[in-house]
Amino acid sequence: MSGDNIFTGLTEEHDGDARWAFGTGFTEALAGVDTTLPAGVDGEDLATYCRMLGDDALVQAQRLVHWVTDAPELEEEVALANIALDLLGQARLLLARAGQADGTGRDEDDFAYRRGPAEFLNVRLAEAPRGDFARCVTTLLVLSSWRLALFGRLTESRDPVLAAIAAKGVNELAYHREYAVSWALRLGDGTPYAHERMVEAVADVWPLTGELFATHPVEAALAAQGAAVDPATVREEVHQVLTQVLTGATLDAPAPFPAAEPAGRAGRHTEEMEPLLEELQRVAREHPEATW
Amino acid sequence: MVTTTAHTETRRRVWGAAAAVTDPELPMLTLADLGILREVEVEEDGTVAVWITPTYSGCPALAEMRVDVHTAVRAAGFEEVEVRTALSPPWTTDWITEEGRRKLTEHGISPPGGAPVRPAGPVPLTLLPTRTVPRCPLCGAADTEELSRFGATSCKSLHRCRACLEPFEHVKEI
Repeated sequence: MSGDNIFTGLTEEHDGDARWAFGTGFTEALAGVDTTLPAGVDGEDLATYCRMLGDDALVQAQRLVHWVTDAPELEEEVALANIALDLLGQARLLLARAGQADGTGRDEDDFAYRRGPAEFLNVRLAEAPRGDFARCVTTLLVLSSWRLALFGRLTESRDPVLAAIAAKGVNELAYHREYAVSWALRLGDGTPYAHERMVEAVADVWPLTGELFATHPVEAALAAQGAAVDPATVREEVHQVLTQVLTGATLDAPAPFPAAEPAGRAGRHTEEMEPLLEELQRVAREHPEATW
Repeated sequence: MVTTTAHTETRRRVWGAAAAVTDPELPMLTLADLGILREVEVEEDGTVAVWITPTYSGCPALAEMRVDVHTAVRAAGFEEVEVRTALSPPWTTDWITEEGRRKLTEHGISPPGGAPVRPAGPVPLTLLPTRTVPRCPLCGAADTEELSRFGATSCKSLHRCRACLEPFEHVKEI
């Protein structure tokens, strides 16, 4: 690095070898991907659905990074950060797809940084307070099992972009679930104290699970067009997975998922959402001219 | 026919320039070794398009690799260069070439085994450890243990050899 100060050292070009202190300029997650809408798929519905799945991932990722510098072990911190990074990547692709499908041309940053709580369509479990490590494991177990079931089916979506994003995500989500399962078993079948914390975590998380399987009208419409998955159709599969894990962890077999109406999917969130977004959007709000 | 030959030659040069770019997180590997360079096309107006595919959805190195490909292809004498994203089929570690695997081992990183085969339908759940146990890339011993399934980058896990006691990284199967 030459130059008089760090700033010039970072920004100047070195034999055509660009530095990236202020972004690479390559920000489009879907650059060059054929984004034509398939016949018979409604662009508005597709955009809304991509925002639902994208917001789930973005908000969950934001919750997970709260463990960075604060996890029980360095290895768990790295694991949770890695999982958050995968989810953030999925969110970027999905939100980019949303901006193309609705014809507004909004990019991932418009969606992530320039929307208020009522415009976010994530399920409430994604925004729930992080709680203790058992709660983190339980939330991750439920959300990854659910998302894996959805993405597995979405690989058949009539929207080729959504199908490709899902096919990529399946491999990542299988890893996330595996991580959550390994900790659920270790804690549930661990010391009486760890077991008790898991019992409390499952009790805390369970009331929020009903919403995951409540079909929003847009999900129903787009599923009928062959481009989305009606979440009600994965209810049984996810319950079986969770039953297998929790009983394997010497915990009680879980209660049925409670009945619920779509809440987060309709933009109705808990009071947790606003402070979460304040943090997520802070740099973008304070420095609207910033690039990265 | 002359046009076709020139066209083929152009593609070959673009491919060569892009293929030699290295991964910023695994600098011993080129994009060709990693298997993420998908396609090169020369359009009628002379624009060259290069398709690369992300390893993980959130791979932070992708933007850097795109800049590097852009820079390398321009340095090879092409003015208009577009680096595009290919999403399908998804990349798996099976795309890493034999040469890439050899280089990883040489640099003390254990290469991945076969990517998990997904049966049709739901991804099966198993409560037992499912991953293969990698050999130590430093001493070759088979007796190794996993320290963490997630490492310093998305693509690697952390292990330790019980024979030589050295820690090592493994490119995990995905």
